[in-house]
Amino acid sequence: MKYFPLVLANLGRHKRRTILTIAGVALALFLFASLRTVVTTIGAAAQFGSARRLVATNATGIVFPLPLSYANRLSTVPGVEAVTWANWFGGRYGDGKRFFANFAVDPVSYLDMYPELVMPADQREAFLREKSSAIIGKRLLEVFGWQLGQDVTLQGTIFPGDWTFTIRGIYTPSDAVLNDDMLLFRHDYFDERIGRAGIAGWYVIRIDDPNRAASIAKSIDDQFKNSSTPTKTGTEQAFNATFATMWGNVRLLMGTIGTAVVFAILLVAANAMMMSARERTGEVAILKTIGFRDGTLFALVMLEAGLISLTGAAIGLGAAKLLYRATNFNAAGFLPGFDVTPSTIVIGAGIALLLMLASGLVPALRAARLPVIQALRHVE
Amino acid sequence: MKIPITYNVRSVLRRPLSTALTALGVGLVVAVFIGMLALANGFNTALARTGSDHNVLVVRRGADSELSSGVSRETVSILAASPHVATGPDGRPAVSPELYVLIPLPRPADSTALANVVVRGVSEQAWEVRSNIRIVAGRRIQSGQAEICLGRKLVPRFAGTAIGQSIRFANRDWSVVCHFTAAGSAFESEIWGENEQFMPVFRGEVFQSVTLRLKDPAAFEEAKRAFEDDRRITVDAHRESAFYVAQSQLLGRILQILAVLITSIMAVGAVFGAINTMYAAVASRTPEIAVLLTLGFRPRSVLASFIIESAIIAAAGGLIGCLLALPINGIVTSTTNWASFSEIAFSFRVTPRLLVAGVVFAVVMGVVGGCFPAWRASRLQVVQAIRAV
Repeated sequence: MKYFPLVLANLGRHKRRTILTIAGVALALFLFASLRTVVTTIGAAAQFGSARRLVATNATGIVFPLPLSYANRLSTVPGVEAVTWANWFGGRYGDGKRFFANFAVDPVSYLDMYPELVMPADQREAFLREKSSAIIGKRLLEVFGWQLGQDVTLQGTIFPGDWTFTIRGIYTPSDAVLNDDMLLFRHDYFDERIGRAGIAGWYVIRIDDPNRAASIAKSIDDQFKNSSTPTKTGTEQAFNATFATMWGNVRLLMGTIGTAVVFAILLVAANAMMMSARERTGEVAILKTIGFRDGTLFALVMLEAGLISLTGAAIGLGAAKLLYRATNFNAAGFLPGFDVTPSTIVIGAGIALLLMLASGLVPALRAARLPVIQALRHVE
Repeated sequence: MKIPITYNVRSVLRRPLSTALTALGVGLVVAVFIGMLALANGFNTALARTGSDHNVLVVRRGADSELSSGVSRETVSILAASPHVATGPDGRPAVSPELYVLIPLPRPADSTALANVVVRGVSEQAWEVRSNIRIVAGRRIQSGQAEICLGRKLVPRFAGTAIGQSIRFANRDWSVVCHFTAAGSAFESEIWGENEQFMPVFRGEVFQSVTLRLKDPAAFEEAKRAFEDDRRITVDAHRESAFYVAQSQLLGRILQILAVLITSIMAVGAVFGAINTMYAAVASRTPEIAVLLTLGFRPRSVLASFIIESAIIAAAGGLIGCLLALPINGIVTSTTNWASFSEIAFSFRVTPRLLVAGVVFAVVMGVVGGCFPAWRASRLQVVQAIRAV
């Protein structure tokens, strides 16, 4: 590529314009990567769930509890390996502005069910030993400035009063999709304080064979069909997916905006590149006169367009990837595992190539096809 | 002396392609700006209109939404006996004890996908207390029957919602007897039935909230104190309007932040584009500018002229953006209100104010983008520039 210095010199001629155009492309792709990551993160949350876990809830709706007595009956269903249960607590900390999930879990069986919650062995022991203890996700340390061993008081919204827990464990999720800002406390403590009501919000069930998930779910639901509180059982993935669908049209919205953003800024960038090319009609004529071939000129203009769009793309996509990783961004707990995926990078690079074609093709063809005699008239 | 604006208009028209591209770029930014704010606007309107200033909403102390609250019959009768409560036309106190639960309803498009819909159990008084409710088709529910009324926004989004059809939940079939509107509020996304019918099938003998009409709306603080200080009951009293606005705060704020964030990044990109276009315009018209300066136009006039030219291009873009954004007005979309985990349908609201804001935003982009190139044009050295003629 012996003409590379020539392309660089061309780019350097209007430094301001080149920089502005690259910055424009970088902004477009940064925004594109951010918006698409919202979509992929929601998608990943909907996909999360072990194929070997089922979730049983009250058939009337998720806000209604199930009797605690179902635990024993569930564990006798053929194909069921383990059963655990939890109850949504909905407590607020401080002014309640920072929402975080907090619920009561059966300590031994829940930690056994979710090996994704990684915790040092001594902290786990402490949680299993002490009734009023709680474990928290590591992000809550930064959010509220909590520490291991500290007593924290939540205000119950569903179960009134002040609830004080001692933080005995800090877990790190092994899968980024899992929330790292939950507070889990013990169900036996919860049950005792609400007067032994014997309720569980939902059951999580581990089965021996993922291929039989549907039939096991059906036999569970059949078992409770004619009781006063029938169940609705599905895979953990389906359970998580219902929460992801609650985002409603957000995904479509992000997609639409993303397209508009990319289109708008690319339009602007393409305009600038075409302007540059148009100004150089005379120059191209001279190059042709001294023997440059049509094909070479075509390649030179395309290369210039490509350098601008690819540099812009590299900056924009790279900044998005690094920024979200460095700041550990998760939209205040709503989008755990927010990370620019490789597919987003690939699509972003594709957009940059498309931009190179869109902005470079017309000027490049014009340069290649330029009749020398006519063009030379422009040269003064 | 000022340079006439026709000069700018004509020079813009001399470069139709690059002007059009720049204007279109600005237009798309403005369209997204208007669209995002229309969304936030529609959502806030839906919740802001849900409550009335005349009403007080009472929930159990500490409950931050109706869903997490629980109020006993005894509490309701204590509240109903309060002197602050207005009396309805039938002579009974205007108090509506209500049930509030979420039920999963299958979406018609995909029956495995479920949406959480609010079911509100109301008494006769609810129709008086909540004055913005209008029945648009059918009749009110009859006491003692398994009948329900549907908010208008639910009707097209789920199956079995026509009058005479029925919806199955909580192990029973409920026949639809009316559709109602509620001035665009969140009530339009709810199912209403008789509270006494819902009690046994849902949570038993407990209400979630009590809405009551004040005799004197100005005496809200007094009434609030009276209820909250009453030793027999443990409740929080909210002005109904403020309560529903608070429910929408989180999502409304997220939408607004998103709108500002996305459009400001886009705007920077569009400004870059405007700067480029104007620099190119200045560069290609150097001789022209020199002539203007030689003729005696002040550098100040040249500066103003180029900024105006940039603003004209951007304003055209702003108008394009308005035209692009207008068709989204009224489109119904839905999302979950995280405060209550229920689904709310609302429509994009493009208001004249938003359109004006869009055009102003465009002009600001144009002026900012035109500043540096115009500065450069006004600083041109006449002697040097005239050589190019």
